[in-house]
Amino acid sequence: MRLLPKVLMKGNEAFGEGAIRAGCRYTFAYPITPQSELAHFLARRLPEIGGVFVQAESEVAAINMVFGAAAAGARVMTSSSSPGISLMQEGISYIVGARLPCVVVNIMRGGPGLGNIAPAQGDYWQAVKGGGHGDYRHIVLAPASVPEIIELMELAFDLADKYRGPVMVVGDGILGQMMEPVELGSAEATPAVPAKPWAITGQEGRTTRNVISSLHIVPEENEKFNLELAATFAEIERVEQRYEEYRVEDAALVLVAFGTVARIAKAVVDRARAAGLPVGMIRPITLWPFPRDRIRQAVAQAAGFLVVEMSFGQMLEDVRLSVDGKKPVHFFGRPGGTVPTVREVFAEVEKIMGVTPDAQDFSTAAGVNR
Amino acid sequence: MPKTFQRPQALTDKAFHYCPGCTHGIIHRLVAEALDQLGVRTKTVGVCPVGCAVFAYDYFNCDMIQAAHGRAPAVATGVKRVLPDRLVFTYQGDGDLAAIGTAEIVHAAARGEKITAIFVNNAIYGMTGGQMAPTTLIGQKTTTTPFGRDRETTGCPIRVAEMLSTLEGAVYVARVSVHSPRHVRLAGRAIRKAFEVQLRGQGFGVVEVLSTCPTNWGLSPLEALKWLEQEMLPVFPLGEFRVPAGEEVV
Ligand SMILES: Cc1ncc(C[n+]2csc(CCOP(=O)(O)OP(=O)(O)O)c2C)c(N)n1
Ligand code: SF4
Repeated sequence: MRLLPKVLMKGNEAFGEGAIRAGCRYTFAYPITPQSELAHFLARRLPEIGGVFVQAESEVAAINMVFGAAAAGARVMTSSSSPGISLMQEGISYIVGARLPCVVVNIMRGGPGLGNIAPAQGDYWQAVKGGGHGDYRHIVLAPASVPEIIELMELAFDLADKYRGPVMVVGDGILGQMMEPVELGSAEATPAVPAKPWAITGQEGRTTRNVISSLHIVPEENEKFNLELAATFAEIERVEQRYEEYRVEDAALVLVAFGTVARIAKAVVDRARAAGLPVGMIRPITLWPFPRDRIRQAVAQAAGFLVVEMSFGQMLEDVRLSVDGKKPVHFFGRPGGTVPTVREVFAEVEKIMGVTPDAQDFSTAAGVNR
Repeated sequence: MPKTFQRPQALTDKAFHYCPGCTHGIIHRLVAEALDQLGVRTKTVGVCPVGCAVFAYDYFNCDMIQAAHGRAPAVATGVKRVLPDRLVFTYQGDGDLAAIGTAEIVHAAARGEKITAIFVNNAIYGMTGGQMAPTTLIGQKTTTTPFGRDRETTGCPIRVAEMLSTLEGAVYVARVSVHSPRHVRLAGRAIRKAFEVQLRGQGFGVVEVLSTCPTNWGLSPLEALKWLEQEMLPVFPLGEFRVPAGEEVV
């Protein structure tokens, strides 16, 4: 393996680089801040390597182009930001219904409505609970650094093919704009992509024709299909839970945060430790499947949890489901495109741990407690 | 005796579910015959709409994919960009193509996407129970225009072929009909021509086919053919609106 030197790369470009390294050669997207640089990168790079970038007329069209390209057997992706992802939900539901693999990047911004272009995590529910119509889930990955963006993009395409479904990778404007050194490893040729005998490529070379459809007009047949999906989702929940943990071993208070906020939470942990407070952090890498097994384990040892999000408390619900009332689960969040500071979160930690006198008063001037 | 008429290879032997007198079936046959004549059945991917033709994947004997309502041209774009040497066609009704899917068809045409749209204009929403379509005629009664389509409140029918023919990327645009044997033959020719344009890589093609919906028009099959001829033809004139440069309009 020939190691390449480290290069400085921007988060938004890393999403594209990771996709290309995963063998993705097709991207269909519609411009939206703060993810446009990702589209710019792919519009420049893909044609250089025999790929295709199409600027669609809308996110509705973009996700349906992804639907077609995935059905034709290609590794394909689209990227957008919150309002555009809302428009894609119909298409994502059809992609699940047709069991097609693809990758969707959401660089989340402040909402609801047009909101703003600032970093946010308010699309958590939409991402992990299905988002579109029907009974479904899809894998959601949340990188927290530029090197991890590349790693998780490669993983996203593999998981999409493995389970034949869409995989969403979520970030925010901070992650997208951040520059960090990445080691690109060996510059291998296109990775091995599993055979797709179900793809609609024209019948030539096959004895039977292929049909891709999400329509099962007979309810019992649709139920059967839904149960097949449910079995896949159960398998994913069993084997794909991913997380990073930091100084959790002896932690009395466990912070739970993902993506950009996890970087802040990590700094809070260091600051708390320096002040002699036993604090740790669990960072979900898969938002779905949520790493509930690890949270459950931590319940035995921790006195409580503090969930920190750039929302008014969405992942909070999954942490509470995992903790199941056995320990207190506190929350601190900054919604609408604002970012919690290390100082604010540390102040929460001190309150919860009884260091400051107003330990019972969870209200702060900025931010939300639940 | 030699066989002179048989089921096209590009149709499966599944019986159509269309209502008696519905011309969706004739249009299916014309598409299938064109695929046979060009010998491309195994190199073809068809995209089904949402509408009465949603089950077209059961009838066309080639690789098929079923798209969301109105999105067939976007789905076809995705397929074609991955498989540029395949023949890719969509089969869409007037609700699918000219209402909910207007953006997708206009931009597929504008990009000059090398796909072919077979556009079935029956002036009504068939599948959902006879509601007004963008192509419903002024005065025509539908379940959502019970007193007849009113220009003041619902506007006028969209002439899709004329509209798309203003786009550079749409290199073949025709409107045909299937209300008489002669027109059926002409329609078949146009569909084949549109496929040839795609196979030569010349650009986007669309064939608008005027079609009947006896069930929701409240007419017998025969009356429906007459109604198409008498009422629809004056609003939707037949002909080729665009042909590739250097070719003559027939
Ligand atoms: C997003 C969405 N909206 C509405 C529908 C309901 N729907 C199904 S078919 C149809 C209209 C079909 O009419 P047309 O395209 O003219 O085809 P026809 O049935 O006449 O062949 C509608 C509105 C749907 N399936 N999906
Ligand atoms: S409802 Fe109309 S368009 Fe649909 S199959 Fe019946 S006649 Fe044909």
